[in-house]
Amino acid sequence: MTGKRKKWRPVKDQSKFEAQLDPGFAAEVAAQVEDGELLHQCIQCGTCSSVCPVSAYMDLTPRRLIAMTRAGARDDVLHSFSPWVCTSCYACTVECPKRVPITEIMHALRRISLVEKTYPRRFTTPVMTQAFVDMIHDRGRSTESWISMKLYLKTNPAQLVKNASIGQRLMRQGRMGLKRETIHDRAKLRALLKAASS
Amino acid sequence: MSAQRYTYYPGCSAKGVGRAFTESLDAVFEHLGTGLDEIEDWNCCGATAWPSVDEDQAFALSARNLALAEDRAPDAGPVDVLASCTGCYRALLKTEHVLAEPGPTADKIGGALAAIGLDYEGRARARHPVDILVNEIGLDAISAAVVRPLTGLKVACYYGCLLVRPFATFDDQYNPTSMDRLVAAVGAEPIDWPLKTRCCGGSCYCGGPVIGAMPEATMQLSYALLREATKRGADMIATTCPLCQFNLEGFQDRMSKRFGRPLDIPAVFISQLLGVAMGIDEKRLGIQRLLRWRLPERMPVAAEGGGHARA
Repeated sequence: MTGKRKKWRPVKDQSKFEAQLDPGFAAEVAAQVEDGELLHQCIQCGTCSSVCPVSAYMDLTPRRLIAMTRAGARDDVLHSFSPWVCTSCYACTVECPKRVPITEIMHALRRISLVEKTYPRRFTTPVMTQAFVDMIHDRGRSTESWISMKLYLKTNPAQLVKNASIGQRLMRQGRMGLKRETIHDRAKLRALLKAASS
Repeated sequence: MSAQRYTYYPGCSAKGVGRAFTESLDAVFEHLGTGLDEIEDWNCCGATAWPSVDEDQAFALSARNLALAEDRAPDAGPVDVLASCTGCYRALLKTEHVLAEPGPTADKIGGALAAIGLDYEGRARARHPVDILVNEIGLDAISAAVVRPLTGLKVACYYGCLLVRPFATFDDQYNPTSMDRLVAAVGAEPIDWPLKTRCCGGSCYCGGPVIGAMPEATMQLSYALLREATKRGADMIATTCPLCQFNLEGFQDRMSKRFGRPLDIPAVFISQLLGVAMGIDEKRLGIQRLLRWRLPERMPVAAEGGGHARA
């Protein structure tokens, strides 16, 4: 492990007073998730944080995130990088002795922070999520080369140069192309998405 | 051996960066006397990115795929939808679970589907090809089809996160063994290792080979897997997910430089290994698309169609 592992810093202004807390926050999050109310049964054992493969890269570990959500530290939780670092591998959900759906809670926190625009702006995962969703909305399928390029241009153009050789190799092997994948029924797909939007 | 053909949902990655997965599965299933039929006009499953924006829309995306699969089989009865990418597999399973429970979400998705002239009756079930190979086609039929046993090949079977999590439908959640049994059936030796279901970091990419997303974290995660497999003497890593496969094979040079230890271990799709053992042409298996591929020199080279009916 090297020293420069954490490129991002922890939440700057942590809630210090009870008046800053939002007592309804836990219920708001729980309502968005199937079995979300199990959140209140968390015993803070820390199993989630220890099995999480990326908790070392989070500013708030999953255990802390659950505790702070329950306490109502709304601002801190919604400004955190942690939900965006989560790889959705479900290790925490499976191991949790109280069956708290932690991964789904991470997704719910992402949704709320996108609505409230508190997500980390220049961080790669929210940018990529948005680019991905836009592409599917438009075309119905994703084309890996376009997503990569969009992401690099928006966050770190240097990566474009760095990864150019591997991209070329993939193209030579027919594993990547510039042609954008598209489905036929694009209009119907859009109608479906519109009808299902919450 | 079942003669029925299966409905297949490839997903974007198994058609793009992991297209060798679709190709090799196709070849292997055909060789075993069945076959795969792709759902027409399938759409992206939404991966893990869409639930982060709007969960109901994510369900709608997968529901459309399931409904299209049902349309292909008009007579009543369950339809198995084979999803090769484990990310898609999870998305389909999750949608299936949500729609099976009557409630406002199920009603809404049903209504949205009806608006575009589709209907999901609950007949379509997501299955993974590994599940089908082990539990329906059967290990006996697979070893009977072997013409070139992979004797002496040590394989680390990597299941990835989402094959057994959060839904363990056909295998143990903590120590799955389906893939190990498969590679043993074609004569190879599955090694024992503890990282079978540890995350490779591939899903940081959300459906694309984007090493830029979180390079530090991803490299650490993949390196741990590759290093452990190498240390335990594996010649190869077998995977079941296009993201894992690309992630494990694509950046080994960079990892060797970064961590100061040489890494050179092919990461292949399990269907490719099965195909090689069955003597299917390497081109059809997409072997030429791999960045690394070699069989160890100590392996005996058996002539195609030789007398190795069973491994």
